Amino acid sequence: MNRLRRTLLKAASFLAGAAALDGGMLRNVFAAEWNVAAFDAADIDGAMKGIGVADANASEDIEIQVPQIAENGAVVPIEVRSRIPNTQSIAILAEKNPFPLIAQISFLNGAEGFVSTRIKMGESSNIKAVVRAGDKFYLASKDVKVTIGGCGE
Amino acid sequence: MAQAMKVRARMEADNSAADIKVLVNHPMETGQRKDASGELIPRHFIQTIKATHNDKVVIDAQWSQAISKNPFFGFKIKGAKPGDAVTVSWVDNKGETSSIDATIEPASS
Repeated sequence: MNRLRRTLLKAASFLAGAAALDGGMLRNVFAAEWNVAAFDAADIDGAMKGIGVADANASEDIEIQVPQIAENGAVVPIEVRSRIPNTQSIAILAEKNPFPLIAQISFLNGAEGFVSTRIKMGESSNIKAVVRAGDKFYLASKDVKVTIGGCGE
Repeated sequence: MAQAMKVRARMEADNSAADIKVLVNHPMETGQRKDASGELIPRHFIQTIKATHNDKVVIDAQWSQAISKNPFFGFKIKGAKPGDAVTVSWVDNKGETSSIDATIEPASS
Protein backbone atom coordinates (compact mmCIF):
# COMPACT_ATOMS: atom_id res chain seq x y z
CA MET A 1 0.00 0.00 0.00
CA ASN A 2 2.61 2.47 1.14
CA ARG A 3 4.96 1.57 -1.62
CA LEU A 4 2.27 2.08 -4.22
CA ARG A 5 1.45 5.47 -2.70
CA ARG A 6 5.12 6.48 -2.80
CA THR A 7 5.43 5.42 -6.43
CA LEU A 8 2.35 7.38 -7.35
CA LEU A 9 3.60 10.48 -5.53
CA LYS A 10 6.94 10.21 -7.28
CA ALA A 11 5.23 9.93 -10.64
CA ALA A 12 3.02 12.91 -9.83
CA SER A 13 5.93 15.12 -8.82
CA PHE A 14 7.83 14.09 -11.95
CA LEU A 15 4.86 15.08 -14.09
CA ALA A 16 4.53 18.40 -12.27
CA GLY A 17 8.23 19.08 -12.90
CA ALA A 18 7.85 18.25 -16.58
CA ALA A 19 4.84 20.56 -16.84
CA ALA A 20 6.79 23.40 -15.21
CA LEU A 21 9.65 22.87 -17.65
CA ASP A 22 7.22 22.86 -20.53
CA GLY A 23 5.72 26.16 -19.34
CA GLY A 24 9.18 27.71 -19.14
CA MET A 25 10.01 26.68 -22.68
CA LEU A 26 6.72 28.05 -23.91
CA ARG A 27 7.53 31.40 -22.33
CA ASN A 28 10.91 31.47 -24.04
CA VAL A 29 9.35 30.91 -27.44
CA PHE A 30 6.95 33.75 -26.71
CA ALA A 31 9.56 36.19 -25.36
CA ALA A 32 9.56 39.28 -27.57
CA GLU A 33 11.71 42.38 -27.45
CA TRP A 34 9.69 45.25 -26.02
CA ASN A 35 10.52 48.37 -28.02
CA VAL A 36 11.91 50.56 -25.21
CA ALA A 37 13.04 53.40 -27.48
CA ALA A 38 9.62 53.79 -29.10
CA PHE A 39 7.53 53.37 -25.93
CA ASP A 40 9.68 55.64 -23.75
CA ALA A 41 9.78 58.44 -26.36
CA ALA A 42 8.12 61.52 -24.86
CA ASP A 43 7.06 63.08 -28.16
CA ILE A 44 5.33 61.84 -31.28
CA ASP A 45 8.39 62.25 -33.52
CA GLY A 46 10.48 60.10 -31.20
CA ALA A 47 7.77 57.46 -31.02
CA MET A 48 7.40 57.39 -34.83
CA LYS A 49 11.15 57.08 -35.24
CA GLY A 50 11.17 54.29 -32.65
CA ILE A 51 8.77 52.18 -34.68
CA GLY A 52 10.77 52.83 -37.84
CA VAL A 53 8.53 55.40 -39.54
CA ALA A 54 10.44 57.86 -41.68
CA ASP A 55 7.45 59.13 -43.59
CA ALA A 56 3.89 57.88 -43.79
CA ASN A 57 1.23 58.62 -46.41
CA ALA A 58 -2.26 59.53 -45.28
CA SER A 59 -4.64 56.72 -46.23
CA GLU A 60 -8.41 56.52 -46.40
CA ASP A 61 -8.17 52.75 -46.15
CA ILE A 62 -7.49 53.03 -42.42
CA GLU A 63 -10.60 53.44 -40.32
CA ILE A 64 -10.35 54.64 -36.72
CA GLN A 65 -13.41 54.36 -34.53
CA VAL A 66 -13.19 56.49 -31.39
CA PRO A 67 -15.69 58.66 -29.55
CA GLN A 68 -15.47 62.35 -30.53
CA ILE A 69 -15.86 63.22 -26.87
CA ALA A 70 -14.56 60.90 -24.17
CA GLU A 71 -15.88 61.71 -20.72
CA ASN A 72 -13.37 59.51 -18.96
CA GLY A 73 -9.80 59.60 -20.31
CA ALA A 74 -8.95 56.45 -18.37
CA VAL A 75 -11.11 54.30 -20.65
CA VAL A 76 -11.41 55.40 -24.27
CA PRO A 77 -12.64 52.63 -26.60
CA ILE A 78 -10.85 52.45 -29.94
CA GLU A 79 -11.12 50.22 -33.01
CA VAL A 80 -8.74 50.38 -35.93
CA ARG A 81 -9.30 48.57 -39.20
CA SER A 82 -6.90 48.60 -42.15
CA ARG A 83 -8.06 47.68 -45.64
CA ILE A 84 -4.56 48.14 -47.02
CA PRO A 85 -3.44 44.87 -48.63
CA ASN A 86 -0.75 43.00 -46.74
CA THR A 87 -1.20 44.99 -43.51
CA GLN A 88 1.52 43.72 -41.18
CA SER A 89 1.02 45.92 -38.14
CA ILE A 90 -1.01 48.74 -36.65
CA ALA A 91 0.43 51.20 -34.13
CA ILE A 92 -1.83 53.42 -32.00
CA LEU A 93 -0.51 56.77 -30.75
CA ALA A 94 -2.00 59.65 -28.75
CA GLU A 95 -0.04 62.78 -29.63
CA LYS A 96 -0.44 64.55 -26.28
CA ASN A 97 0.03 61.59 -23.94
CA PRO A 98 3.22 61.77 -21.80
CA PHE A 99 4.41 58.77 -23.88
CA PRO A 100 2.54 58.88 -27.21
CA LEU A 101 2.99 55.26 -28.36
CA ILE A 102 0.23 53.14 -26.83
CA ALA A 103 0.41 49.86 -28.70
CA GLN A 104 1.81 48.15 -31.75
CA ILE A 105 0.02 45.04 -32.98
CA SER A 106 1.49 42.68 -35.60
CA PHE A 107 -0.75 40.42 -37.67
CA LEU A 108 0.47 37.05 -38.89
CA ASN A 109 -0.88 33.83 -40.40
CA GLY A 110 -4.34 35.07 -41.34
CA ALA A 111 -5.03 37.64 -38.62
CA GLU A 112 -7.04 40.53 -40.09
CA GLY A 113 -5.73 44.09 -39.97
CA PHE A 114 -8.09 44.88 -37.13
CA VAL A 115 -7.79 45.65 -33.45
CA SER A 116 -10.20 46.71 -30.75
CA THR A 117 -9.10 47.89 -27.31
CA ARG A 118 -9.42 50.61 -24.66
CA ILE A 119 -6.79 53.27 -24.05
CA LYS A 120 -5.91 55.99 -21.54
CA MET A 121 -5.66 59.62 -22.66
CA GLY A 122 -4.15 62.33 -20.46
CA GLU A 123 -5.95 65.13 -22.29
CA SER A 124 -7.73 65.95 -25.54
CA SER A 125 -5.51 64.85 -28.39
CA ASN A 126 -5.08 63.72 -31.92
CA ILE A 127 -5.10 59.91 -32.16
CA LYS A 128 -3.01 58.37 -34.91
CA ALA A 129 -3.05 54.90 -36.40
CA VAL A 130 0.06 53.92 -38.35
CA VAL A 131 -0.13 50.89 -40.62
CA ARG A 132 2.86 49.02 -41.92
CA ALA A 133 2.39 47.16 -45.21
CA GLY A 134 5.47 45.81 -46.90
CA ASP A 135 8.14 48.42 -46.30
CA LYS A 136 5.70 51.35 -46.46
CA PHE A 137 3.83 53.19 -43.72
CA TYR A 138 0.35 54.67 -43.90
CA LEU A 139 -1.38 56.99 -41.50
CA ALA A 140 -4.83 58.10 -40.37
CA SER A 141 -5.85 60.29 -37.45
CA LYS A 142 -8.83 61.51 -35.48
CA ASP A 143 -9.32 64.05 -32.71
CA VAL A 144 -10.73 63.02 -29.36
CA LYS A 145 -11.86 65.55 -26.80
CA VAL A 146 -11.30 64.33 -23.24
CA THR A 147 -13.37 65.75 -20.38
CA ILE A 148 -11.47 64.14 -17.49
CA GLY A 149 -7.87 63.01 -18.09
CA GLY A 150 -6.86 59.43 -17.42
CA CYS A 151 -3.29 59.67 -16.14
CA GLY A 152 -3.21 61.31 -12.72
CA GLU A 153 -6.53 59.90 -11.58
CA MET B 1 -7.02 36.10 -6.77
CA ALA B 2 -9.63 36.73 -9.43
CA GLN B 3 -9.36 34.86 -12.68
CA ALA B 4 -6.53 36.46 -14.65
CA MET B 5 -8.04 36.29 -18.11
CA LYS B 6 -11.24 35.58 -20.00
CA VAL B 7 -11.58 34.84 -23.68
CA ARG B 8 -14.47 34.40 -26.08
CA ALA B 9 -13.81 33.01 -29.55
CA ARG B 10 -16.69 32.84 -31.98
CA MET B 11 -17.19 32.71 -35.76
CA GLU B 12 -18.63 35.86 -37.32
CA ALA B 13 -22.16 35.63 -38.76
CA ASP B 14 -20.84 35.24 -42.34
CA ASN B 15 -18.23 32.66 -41.21
CA SER B 16 -15.45 34.66 -42.92
CA ALA B 17 -13.41 35.01 -39.75
CA ALA B 18 -13.32 34.22 -36.05
CA ASP B 19 -13.87 37.10 -33.67
CA ILE B 20 -11.75 36.85 -30.52
CA LYS B 21 -12.39 39.00 -27.46
CA VAL B 22 -10.03 38.93 -24.50
CA LEU B 23 -10.44 40.49 -21.05
CA VAL B 24 -7.43 40.56 -18.73
CA ASN B 25 -7.39 41.33 -15.02
CA HIS B 26 -4.43 43.67 -14.62
CA PRO B 27 -3.84 47.00 -12.80
CA MET B 28 -1.96 48.60 -15.75
CA GLU B 29 -0.31 51.13 -13.41
CA THR B 30 1.07 54.10 -15.35
CA GLY B 31 3.79 55.04 -12.84
CA GLN B 32 2.23 58.49 -12.61
CA ARG B 33 -0.35 57.85 -9.91
CA LYS B 34 0.33 58.58 -6.26
CA ASP B 35 -0.84 56.53 -3.30
CA ALA B 36 -2.50 57.99 -0.17
CA SER B 37 0.89 59.01 1.30
CA GLY B 38 1.93 60.85 -1.87
CA GLU B 39 4.38 58.19 -3.05
CA LEU B 40 4.40 57.36 -6.76
CA ILE B 41 2.99 53.90 -7.46
CA PRO B 42 5.54 52.07 -9.65
CA ARG B 43 4.71 51.35 -13.27
CA HIS B 44 3.20 47.85 -13.62
CA PHE B 45 1.77 46.94 -16.99
CA ILE B 46 1.49 44.24 -19.65
CA GLN B 47 4.25 44.66 -22.25
CA THR B 48 3.55 41.86 -24.70
CA ILE B 49 0.43 39.91 -25.59
CA LYS B 50 0.33 37.11 -28.13
CA ALA B 51 -2.24 34.86 -29.66
CA THR B 52 -1.91 31.60 -31.51
CA HIS B 53 -4.42 29.85 -33.77
CA ASN B 54 -3.85 26.09 -33.99
CA ASP B 55 -0.29 26.70 -32.67
CA LYS B 56 0.56 29.36 -35.28
CA VAL B 57 1.19 32.90 -34.01
CA VAL B 58 -1.52 35.25 -35.34
CA ILE B 59 -1.16 38.27 -33.05
CA ASP B 60 2.09 39.63 -31.63
CA ALA B 61 1.46 42.89 -29.80
CA GLN B 62 3.40 45.29 -27.60
CA TRP B 63 1.62 47.58 -25.17
CA SER B 64 2.48 50.63 -23.11
CA GLN B 65 1.04 51.55 -19.71
CA ALA B 66 -1.61 53.59 -21.59
CA ILE B 67 -3.78 50.55 -22.30
CA SER B 68 -6.67 50.87 -19.83
CA LYS B 69 -6.78 48.98 -16.53
CA ASN B 70 -8.25 45.46 -16.91
CA PRO B 71 -7.47 45.49 -20.63
CA PHE B 72 -9.87 44.55 -23.39
CA PHE B 73 -8.35 43.26 -26.62
CA GLY B 74 -10.25 42.14 -29.72
CA PHE B 75 -8.96 40.74 -33.01
CA LYS B 76 -10.09 38.60 -35.96
CA ILE B 77 -8.67 35.49 -37.63
CA LYS B 78 -9.49 34.80 -41.29
CA GLY B 79 -9.90 31.20 -42.37
CA ALA B 80 -10.53 29.93 -38.85
CA LYS B 81 -13.13 27.22 -38.24
CA PRO B 82 -15.33 26.22 -35.32
CA GLY B 83 -13.40 23.84 -33.05
CA ASP B 84 -10.03 25.46 -33.82
CA ALA B 85 -7.78 26.20 -30.85
CA VAL B 86 -6.84 29.72 -29.79
CA THR B 87 -4.34 30.53 -27.04
CA VAL B 88 -3.72 34.02 -25.66
CA SER B 89 -0.82 34.84 -23.34
CA TRP B 90 0.76 37.97 -21.88
CA VAL B 91 3.90 39.02 -20.02
CA ASP B 92 4.15 42.17 -17.89
CA ASN B 93 7.11 44.35 -16.94
CA LYS B 94 7.60 42.38 -13.69
CA GLY B 95 7.84 39.12 -15.60
CA GLU B 96 4.42 37.95 -14.46
CA THR B 97 2.61 35.97 -17.11
CA SER B 98 -0.68 34.26 -17.82
CA SER B 99 -2.14 32.18 -20.61
CA ILE B 100 -5.60 30.95 -21.57
CA ASP B 101 -6.93 28.45 -24.13
CA ALA B 102 -10.22 28.69 -26.00
CA THR B 103 -12.04 26.76 -28.69
CA ILE B 104 -13.69 28.69 -31.52
CA GLU B 105 -17.47 28.41 -31.30
CA PRO B 106 -19.84 28.41 -34.27
CA ALA B 107 -21.54 31.71 -35.14
CA SER B 108 -24.50 32.49 -32.93
CA SER B 109 -27.74 32.02 -34.83
